[in-house]
Amino acid sequence: MTTVDRPTPPVRTHKAERTWVGKSIRRVEDPRFLRGRGGYIADLVLPGMLHAAVLRSPHPHARIVSIDTSRAEAAPGVHAVVTGAQAAELTDPLPDFGPNPAAHTWRCLAVDKVRYVGEGVAVVVADDRYLAEDALELIDVEYEPLPPVVDPLAALADDAPLVHEPLGSNCAYDRTFEFGDVAGDFERADVVVTDQLRWHRSGGQPLETVGAVAEHDPATGGFRVHTNSLSFTSYLFMVATALKIPANRLDIVPMPAGGSFGSKLFVTKPLVIAAMCARLTGRPVRYLEDRVDNMANCDHHGSDRHYDVRMALTRDGKITAIDIDTVDDYGAYIQFGVGHHGNALAQVVGPYTIGSVRYRVRAVLTNKNQQGAYRGFGSEVNNWMLEQMVDKAARELGMDPVEIRRRNFIRSFPHFIPTGNVYDSGDYDAVLDKTLELGRYEHWREVQEQARAEGRYIGIGLITAQERSVFSATEFWFWFDEPGAPVTSMPESVTLKVDATGAITATLYSCAFWGNSPETMVAQLVAEEFDCDPHDVSVVYQSSKNGLPATGPGGSRTTVMLAGAVEGASAKIKEKARRAAAHLLEADPDDLEWRDGGFEVRGVPEKRKTLSEIAIMLHLFKHSFDEDVESGLEESKVFDHPYTTMPSADRKDLGVFYPFMGHACHLPVVEVDVETGVVTFLDYAAVHDCGTLVNPRSLAGHIQGGTAQGIGTALYEEFVYGPDGQLQTTSYLDYPIPTSLEVPELKIGHVETPSPWTPHGIKGGGEGGRMMAPAAINAAVNDALAPLGVRITELPLTPDRIRAALRAAGHGS
Amino acid sequence: MSTREITLTVNGRRTTLSVEPRKLLVDVLREDLGLVGTHIGCEHGVCGTCTVLRDGRSIRSCTTFAVQADGADIRTVEGLAQGPELHPLQEAFWEKQGLQCGYCTPGMLMRCVEILERDPDPTPQSVREQIASNLCRCTGYATITEAVCAAAEVMRSGARAGTEVAS
Repeated sequence: MTTVDRPTPPVRTHKAERTWVGKSIRRVEDPRFLRGRGGYIADLVLPGMLHAAVLRSPHPHARIVSIDTSRAEAAPGVHAVVTGAQAAELTDPLPDFGPNPAAHTWRCLAVDKVRYVGEGVAVVVADDRYLAEDALELIDVEYEPLPPVVDPLAALADDAPLVHEPLGSNCAYDRTFEFGDVAGDFERADVVVTDQLRWHRSGGQPLETVGAVAEHDPATGGFRVHTNSLSFTSYLFMVATALKIPANRLDIVPMPAGGSFGSKLFVTKPLVIAAMCARLTGRPVRYLEDRVDNMANCDHHGSDRHYDVRMALTRDGKITAIDIDTVDDYGAYIQFGVGHHGNALAQVVGPYTIGSVRYRVRAVLTNKNQQGAYRGFGSEVNNWMLEQMVDKAARELGMDPVEIRRRNFIRSFPHFIPTGNVYDSGDYDAVLDKTLELGRYEHWREVQEQARAEGRYIGIGLITAQERSVFSATEFWFWFDEPGAPVTSMPESVTLKVDATGAITATLYSCAFWGNSPETMVAQLVAEEFDCDPHDVSVVYQSSKNGLPATGPGGSRTTVMLAGAVEGASAKIKEKARRAAAHLLEADPDDLEWRDGGFEVRGVPEKRKTLSEIAIMLHLFKHSFDEDVESGLEESKVFDHPYTTMPSADRKDLGVFYPFMGHACHLPVVEVDVETGVVTFLDYAAVHDCGTLVNPRSLAGHIQGGTAQGIGTALYEEFVYGPDGQLQTTSYLDYPIPTSLEVPELKIGHVETPSPWTPHGIKGGGEGGRMMAPAAINAAVNDALAPLGVRITELPLTPDRIRAALRAAGHGS
Repeated sequence: MSTREITLTVNGRRTTLSVEPRKLLVDVLREDLGLVGTHIGCEHGVCGTCTVLRDGRSIRSCTTFAVQADGADIRTVEGLAQGPELHPLQEAFWEKQGLQCGYCTPGMLMRCVEILERDPDPTPQSVREQIASNLCRCTGYATITEAVCAAAEVMRSGARAGTEVAS
């Protein structure tokens, strides 16, 4: 066993009574969106702006023999046509966190061969989008088709065609990690449950696609790029490198995103295409993906995994070990490396006291759109796999699904799981109890029994699973022995300014409106500090130029991290205000206390100065104060990750990298029509615990909305690549997104177990229902079909798959 | 490319413009008239993000040529609020958090205007069925249904007539 030093941060004391944190106030962002004044990227029009459109490959795998752009160049309104080969001279490869990036070079357009259907091969810049698309049809490309690599298991064969020749293999990463005495635990096990599971790829599919509007300044060689993607402040240098400019010549302006769900995280391709074209034409250029671009060439498909799993248990249902072997189909490139499996390892044992873990991951390259981020970032897949295994174990042991979970719950915190990550706090029994009550578990068990007698198949799914929050980037590099790096700080920053009238403005960095509620959340936190109305707080988003260090949203980190930054900046402002008030009141600063929006002498409420009285003095009458007091009342706080530790050198312990652990229990009740394979919801209860709530209604929105997405993942949505490598689902007719008729109204409950280590005890909760719903719905369908001897281990559970499983079990033709 | 002259009455204001026959109504609204509140989602008529009302009926403006709307009365999200005063549906969406990212919201609001103009007292189930025309990727729809029912009540109680706003 590797011995690791496990220091924990000091435990915080949380305010007992809060005024604004915890209130479901109306969102401060909403009025502009309700009026259609959201200011999205498509709404931005610059003088002289041109429009770009991308020619997509019709082949999954083919050599580009030649491209003739002459007819397109002569077309009306066309300003430029850029091929992949030209783009490779104008730009450098796109940022790639993956292992060995030089062996699978990723560029904004394909150069000598295309690697998936939809990959860009050329771009046209024209006066408007119509003319640009006209000209795309005039580009003549000669392809030499190559055999496509579609099945990730077949891709591992020695004689498989290669997606990237320099790699010499289609396996971009293969490593097995062992945490604890896995072999011993399996040897000692009374029962070993094994299974194979399959999770097919889906994606965020926000209703707004990704886009960028770029302006080039020939005087400096720099760019100003507006985009609805983000997380560029701390990683600006990577994009600047792709554009071959110093990072201080690049300013990225965040635009609100019409939905992201992870899929707009650090999207570099549209940005680089727009900027490349702006430099080439000397005009502002917009490149905004159309829907097919967004489905086929978006770089953000979700996980696509095969699992072989073994679980060791004692006879009485105690889980002792789990052995996971997963093959993940990453598609043609691997921009974020295998960080998705870091997410899984953060909570690989779920809420259970499992003592040892083996985890093998193989990242396979195929001729498909590459994986990126989708709400859960791979940890939702782990939740589904684990809950499937727990249910299977319960079945084999003849135990109730509630009972087996209770028998294995972690009940003492902080709890270090075998991988080294820590769970800060939790009360899993309380969440389970509340869900069983809210979801009327006993009632539905009775209904289920009656229905079975009538030949109807009702199923109750019950899962208890984790939602990790606030990552540290070690999970992107602990995969490799070299290069080693110190622990990463992953900060977020806020500037608070109190103007001369006492009004407060908060500036956010590497953050934009994403459908989450950063303005409301920050306004509530500021209001909590300064006793003002959150609707009076102004929130602005800074571009990357002049930006303070910031990582940006992702991994449910924004609320915790911005809470820390607001807390820190507020403390600095109050310190300056306290000194100023003391001077004005001719009192000792230590005798002052903050009360109801101002400082007053303790016990003498008539001797007080409000924040606005202090602010006007500090802004306009600085000379009333001591020499060392500067004019103004503005402070910033860079808040670094509050708790992350180094992995061990042998990687038998990955350290703390995702410490604020949320938890939830989902309880859907479904009816399966065995004739058609259609699944209908009869009820659905969900209880989440993500620590102290800032805005319960906003979190409920993440639970309900995330569950809607989870329903899509569980029942409907799949990017289907045929055996020929063609993407068969390129419209919303083939890729069905749940409508109001497919999504039940959830019964939502909250449990609040504060984190000991975050401001107010907040944990992240933004990934919401999608962390849980696929596992829960699969469990419900399996419960419904249990009397027929059918158990399905492949998502999505389309009517076809359900019918096929029933037929295979001898039910119907 | 040749153009054709068309007349549209948009949010009560009559406009004559010259458009290419192939230009989509949504692009004319957004680019020629500057009404960027109507958004583009799937571009093939499924998601309903681009919904506007044409002579009182909801249509997909991303699969409608502007020339097909010649002479029509068009209503968009920009016609809902009267100055500082939000339409009861906008108020209710705000109150119930019937939106998150706001991108589907204008189309969803216009669909809901139509629903309430046809039936001022819909049941929640009826609302659920009727908004199935429009995708929302954020909310999971529950708060939208709630908002439409709440707005219906306000509008029925005569606080403010919906038709007055929309004309």
